[in-house]
Amino acid sequence: MAITKEQLLTRLQELQIVFSKYEHPVVLTVEAQAKYVGNMKGALSKNLFLKDKKQRYYIVSALADTKVDLKVLSQRLGLGKGGVRMAPEEALSEILHVPLGCVTPFALVNESARHVSLLLDNGFKSQECFFFHPLSNDMSIAINAHDLDKFLISIGKAPAYVDLEATPTVGKGQPPDLASLVPSDAPVSADPPVKQESSKSLEKNHTSADKQPVIAAGAKPAKPSKTSTKEKPSGAVNTSSITYADTNKFVEEILEKTRTIVLSEIKEDDNIEKYREQLATIVSNNISKQLSMELKNLAIIFKNTAYTEGFKAGIHHQPKRM
Amino acid sequence: MAAEKNEEEEQIVTPWEVAAEKGGKIDYDKLIDKFGCQRLDQSLIDRVARLTAAPPHVFLRRGVFFAHRDFNQVLDAYERGEKFYLYTGRGPSSEALHLGHLVPFMFTKYLQDAFKVPLVIQLTDDEKCMWKNLTVEESQRLARENAKDIIACGFDVSRTFIFSDFDYIGGSFYKNMVKIAQCVTYNKVVGIFGFSGEDHIGKVSFPPIQAAPSFPSSFPHLFSGKDSLRCLIPCAIDQDPYFRMTRDVAPRLGYHKPALIESSFFPALQGETGKMSASDPNSAIYVTDSAKDIKNKINRYAFSGGQDSVENHRKFGANLEVDIPFKYLGFFLEDDNELEHIRTEYGSGRMLTGEVKKRLTEVLTELVERHRRARAAVTDEMVDAFMAIRPLPNMFN
Repeated sequence: MAITKEQLLTRLQELQIVFSKYEHPVVLTVEAQAKYVGNMKGALSKNLFLKDKKQRYYIVSALADTKVDLKVLSQRLGLGKGGVRMAPEEALSEILHVPLGCVTPFALVNESARHVSLLLDNGFKSQECFFFHPLSNDMSIAINAHDLDKFLISIGKAPAYVDLEATPTVGKGQPPDLASLVPSDAPVSADPPVKQESSKSLEKNHTSADKQPVIAAGAKPAKPSKTSTKEKPSGAVNTSSITYADTNKFVEEILEKTRTIVLSEIKEDDNIEKYREQLATIVSNNISKQLSMELKNLAIIFKNTAYTEGFKAGIHHQPKRM
Repeated sequence: MAAEKNEEEEQIVTPWEVAAEKGGKIDYDKLIDKFGCQRLDQSLIDRVARLTAAPPHVFLRRGVFFAHRDFNQVLDAYERGEKFYLYTGRGPSSEALHLGHLVPFMFTKYLQDAFKVPLVIQLTDDEKCMWKNLTVEESQRLARENAKDIIACGFDVSRTFIFSDFDYIGGSFYKNMVKIAQCVTYNKVVGIFGFSGEDHIGKVSFPPIQAAPSFPSSFPHLFSGKDSLRCLIPCAIDQDPYFRMTRDVAPRLGYHKPALIESSFFPALQGETGKMSASDPNSAIYVTDSAKDIKNKINRYAFSGGQDSVENHRKFGANLEVDIPFKYLGFFLEDDNELEHIRTEYGSGRMLTGEVKKRLTEVLTELVERHRRARAAVTDEMVDAFMAIRPLPNMFN
């Protein structure tokens, strides 16, 4: 789960990291930020979130005045010309868990950002302190290089200061000088678990569409001992994700609700005495009455979710390659 | 008596304002007379039950939907095997939806399931943009948010098309808008809706937009070639003026007049005379209210028809005419027998207000919980699917 601004600040205090914090209205650009903290002690920073063609991500944090040439940077990283570009907006929320205009080295505290590489302007080292957003745009915190390093080390990141304005030639005999900063591990998949579930249940849909969960007619009123609890099926079902088109979950829920009603009807002492032979009919009638609406609601959620998944797959469907 | 009352004291019922006669309740009989629609009587309700082979919806049994135009004709056609489609809508003026907003949608869902017919839902983001001075972006955003709550009412995606005016208007829909507009003079529209010389032309040209979905040719991706398909519109009775205008125009364009099935107004927590307003969160139960909120609101703000003391209450019983908890139960308590029981016990004074309020809290909490659960399952992709201009091959199955 995403770390909040408050959690971050607490963490900084625990690490005895010195920082000053300033609250201000939400700002989306360095110019806007300058209006509020431009007069305070500290240099403004600009922060870029970049992505390369192999789905690897980078944060480039520089002093606001430093010129950052993405083409040069791309070559220095060994990605060729035009190998990096600005990361898409969704990546901001999925990987860094920050809003637009809030890229900050502090976002690396999130687990999802574990493989994001950080390039720091070595110009920071000559500043007394400099500003970053602490995970939200309504605050800026001023920190010095020493304390920033302390924070980065605490999250397992080696601080990498780079002369961002340098333009060394890259070619035969001169290897890209920043190649070591390219993330080496396979990046953590940004897809939330739900998407994996969806593809699984897409296959299952063929069978489930035909099966109408016929509960009312088929449910036999059970003697209390009979109802065996079904174990949750294979570990393939990711219990932490919520997908409403999971056939196993769907059936489980129906059975659970039925069990509850059957058990409560049977357990009613006066019911057993009063009705005896008719107990069977009474209980199954009650099941129909009480469950019917609830199960129909469940079923329509299931249907709509399955349809939506199919619809989405359909609009992204690529025509057969010849 | 009627002769003594002058114009200003009459009740006002328009799409933009609902006000009872001074200090009183809305007189629905007078309204039916004035508008010229029909009462939905028991024989029609029985007929619905027979045709759909299912018990009629609680709103029909309790007279919530109480008036209609040509509903019997729709049923006649249905019996002959001629289907129809449903059309309803919402003006997305606020993010927060309360139970009163859900009423027409709950009923429309029942109609969709019972008759197995398709449904189009119009989100009039343009109307709210104009009338409430929202930005275009804000009204579009609200439309999508409201769509999620509407979907959570349980509509079947394989027979439902939701559209927002800003997205959908154009093509055949616009052609119908122009044809409709040509049939309604400026004077007429001023007479129906009460526009004045100060109102901007956006407002004056809005009525054809709400009228156009009544004609199947507005949806060529759904009803191509089915120009004689009938339309049934479930709505609150204050929308009647739009459709009086539409019904007047329909034969001139060669379409069936749309049929209407109309509901009374959902009372505010503070009583019939109170106004339900989005700015007063205590005037209604919202779909985002927690169980605790619901309990508090009912206990503190629901207008009680009970007597001021227990002795008086046991003696005289509750005034069921004005008691809000009892009225709300009339809307949402499914079990007719239980409601009758409460009517006699509470009305005679044997049951106290607290007990009625407690039962209402249970019923509403369950309803809101179900809605919240269904709402959680609605993703942006699901909204996209409902709003996609796509064929609905199984819409009559």
